[in-house]
Amino acid sequence: MTQINHHLSAELLIAYSAGILPEAFNLVVATHISMCDDCRAALAAQDAVGGALLDEVTDVQIADDAFSKTLALIAEQDTKPVKIAPPSKGVLPTPLQEYVGGDVDAIRWKSAGMGVQQAILKTSKDAKVRLLRIPAGSAVPDHGHRGTELTLVLQGAFRDETDRFGRGDLEVANEDMEHMPVAEIGEDCICLAATDAPLRFNSMLPRLAQTFLRI
Amino acid sequence: MTANVAAQHDTSANRSKEAYSPYAPPSGRVVEVIQLKTSKTPHRGAWVQELERVRDKRDKAAFADLFQHFAPRVKSFLMKSGASDSLAEESAQEAMAIVWQKAHLFDPSRASVSTWIFTIARNRKIDALRKQNRPEPEDLAWGPEAEPDQEDVLALQQETTKLAQALAELPQKQKELIERAYFADLSHSEIAAETGLPLGTIKSRLRLALDRLRHRMK
Repeated sequence: MTQINHHLSAELLIAYSAGILPEAFNLVVATHISMCDDCRAALAAQDAVGGALLDEVTDVQIADDAFSKTLALIAEQDTKPVKIAPPSKGVLPTPLQEYVGGDVDAIRWKSAGMGVQQAILKTSKDAKVRLLRIPAGSAVPDHGHRGTELTLVLQGAFRDETDRFGRGDLEVANEDMEHMPVAEIGEDCICLAATDAPLRFNSMLPRLAQTFLRI
Repeated sequence: MTANVAAQHDTSANRSKEAYSPYAPPSGRVVEVIQLKTSKTPHRGAWVQELERVRDKRDKAAFADLFQHFAPRVKSFLMKSGASDSLAEESAQEAMAIVWQKAHLFDPSRASVSTWIFTIARNRKIDALRKQNRPEPEDLAWGPEAEPDQEDVLALQQETTKLAQALAELPQKQKELIERAYFADLSHSEIAAETGLPLGTIKSRLRLALDRLRHRMK
């Protein structure tokens, strides 16, 4: 596996551990962690903070019949042990495959203009997540951000004003950032991109298209 | 395509809701009644043995001990996160039922009992309070089947204790910020703005825990 150079920020790790991110962002984080053992360890440490807080929390009164009700829930449970899904052998890690319904060949691409293709995945409405396919050597129109945009590379690589991003790398873009990602030559670049506010394009044509493409 | 994906999610969401429905009667089965002990509070480290007895022997007395300690805490966590008393009560019971169901996945060399139950409670919060699906990372191939090294189990317990100490020693203001990050439904940008400082102060302890976990994963 190639070296991952761009990781989850501390803020994203805390928010994922605390369980307060929108579903679209959770999907990007879970997909990155599936590919990145450094962030997996960092999340485990972050969850330990949650565990320590749970130990410290002032407890509240529970119902007198809480325990017997819980045993009743247990009696209804499926007795087969919960199985953990095996790691994906394809391009897309397992959490993402669950949203796509398969690996790369199951993605239903639609044109997003200028050669770029996209597939919007269904999540809760507080943020959006889509797969993007940028043809080798081409660019995504120059744009800025109103909220936060997470871009995770799944195949190929792109470069922008800040650095190079290859498979597993995560770019976090916020309001201060304007960039024009360009896919490297050799292979189409497939990314998972989540936004919690619409992007801000710097030229008229993509701005017009934006309404139709739900970017 | 989106329609397909939506249909899939609905099915899995419905399935999990059915499985843990607290309103359904216990389907005619006799439920064993275990008397809850009132004053026994074992040392934190001891919860590993209780959970292992639940995991290996389906021991209901050990489960009762775990329940007595953790159910009120889980309920408290859910109420601090914005759940009403009745929703928190119901979700805490569901979370504890999941503790029983998933006990075979518990690995004391990877997480303390508190941490493990926290992650279950956190997932209930997303499911029950926020009504969202939660994508989970892939698990590692080495899985929970292999018997964990006792040294690793001990080292993890020590690091967890150190982390709890570091947290307890934080100035009140900083501790409150961390609690708000975990318990209150702050937006992640608010957290980004507010948690930089307290995180910095526990960073060294956190790094120890991290290094150990990272070592374990090699």
